[in-house]
Amino acid sequence: MQQIMPLCHDPIIQIENLSFSYGDQRVIQDLNFMVQQRDFVGIIGSNGAGKTTLLRMLVGLLPPAQGDIKLFGESIRKFKDWNRIGYVPQKNAFNPLFPATVREVVMSGLYNNKNMFRRISRQGQQQCIDAMKVMRIEDIANKRIGQLSGGQQQRVFLARALINHPDLLILDEPTVGIDAESQASFFELITHMHEHHRMTFLMVSHDMDRMESYLGAEAALTNGKIHFHVRHSHEIEDCAETNLQHTTAQVR
Amino acid sequence: MEILWSDFFQRALAGGLLIGITAPLIGLFLVLRRLSMIGDTLSHVTIAGVALGFLIEVYPIGVGLIFAVLASFAIEKLRKAYKSYAELSIAIIMSGGVALASLFFTLGKGYNADVMSYLFGSIYTLDVADLKLVGIVTLIVVIVVGFLHKEFFLLSFEEDAAAVTGLPVKMLNMLITVMTALVISTAIKIVGALLVSALLTIPVAVSLLMARSFKSAIILSVVIGEIAVVIGLVTAGIWNLAPGATIVLLLIGMLILTMIAKKGFRA
Repeated sequence: MQQIMPLCHDPIIQIENLSFSYGDQRVIQDLNFMVQQRDFVGIIGSNGAGKTTLLRMLVGLLPPAQGDIKLFGESIRKFKDWNRIGYVPQKNAFNPLFPATVREVVMSGLYNNKNMFRRISRQGQQQCIDAMKVMRIEDIANKRIGQLSGGQQQRVFLARALINHPDLLILDEPTVGIDAESQASFFELITHMHEHHRMTFLMVSHDMDRMESYLGAEAALTNGKIHFHVRHSHEIEDCAETNLQHTTAQVR
Repeated sequence: MEILWSDFFQRALAGGLLIGITAPLIGLFLVLRRLSMIGDTLSHVTIAGVALGFLIEVYPIGVGLIFAVLASFAIEKLRKAYKSYAELSIAIIMSGGVALASLFFTLGKGYNADVMSYLFGSIYTLDVADLKLVGIVTLIVVIVVGFLHKEFFLLSFEEDAAAVTGLPVKMLNMLITVMTALVISTAIKIVGALLVSALLTIPVAVSLLMARSFKSAIILSVVIGEIAVVIGLVTAGIWNLAPGATIVLLLIGMLILTMIAKKGFRA
């Protein structure tokens, strides 16, 4: 199915008067924020600031209590095009002893509401190979995910998120629990992708220094204890679509 | 030896082979989702249903099956109410099942041979109706897993990721639990309520020691289950041992051997 590509500055995420509480404790208070096509938004905040709650609402794991979230212009309550969103979870979101190969994990990026009951097509298999090539993990395709280093595992999850060529990539503290060198190269990779591909990024991170050096120290919005740092799309020279294969050169 | 060619043994073998497919197949998803204990819980509830079946003189496995399915809904409900204490729902429903079972036993004629056959299994008394039921359940489980194995994979690997891709996580969870109830209620006459969870979990435990991929984990679990059923039944038939117990002890033997072999390879 052909998807309509968003235009250069189209709103990708619109957060409107969003509030959320756990019992009496209000975690998110009247939040308004817009993410445009090709923005890179970094969400920084201390533990318990509501970052995870916000992210869980954005990916549909928690319903917004008050207000609304629009994804690609459509209310999240009705949104169905989840294959337009790539999601990279925290490293500890899965059981490291799980019997799954790298290929099986990357392929699972295609398992969505539209492919239910169906076999993965030849084209899907090819998409999997392509995503593994881009992340340079095709050599370890048959290894068990739990045998890999933290940095390699995150590349596997990134490949899984990219398999559908998403318009929006959401990353939940992707570098927590991986060594410093891998953290640096993962961040470089992500920023390189932002500069060269027509994708929008939303990343929750603890890594203030790196986020601020790429996105600027000044927060675009501060809501309670959450800070949003944004690098807007107009800061990047062109909005043209680029070839994902360029990324391969960046993967170490 | 002639026992092996008797009708009742052939029926036992057919029933055993069918359960040898379904129990490890469903067991794999349960073990990977850290819900191994659900097998024990549902089997205890099934016994309550069986006891009621005897009391009101209705097909005991049928009543047991209804009880197990209802209990599986209750477990999901409780799992939601006590999100961080998933095992609490299992403990509550299990003791509820045992309590109900003993109530029904005492209302009837107390513990009798029939009920005992469901506790410890009585594969040689499998009749054609039982076999048909096991066949239907096997068909349902194999078809559902065949069509939804990708979705069940993602659900077991990372439930959040499954939800993010728009999969109906609640429905898939429920489907696994209901299929578990179906498998257990039909398996208890074969290995007995006290041993049924072994058939769900031990083949999976063995396969997890060897499998490199999810696909191989599925295949190995079923193959190991089938080997244990066939060798167990034949051994039990020849030496006149309790069939359910023989199968389970064989599985434990296979687990120990695999662990030793794996250590040997590493050393």
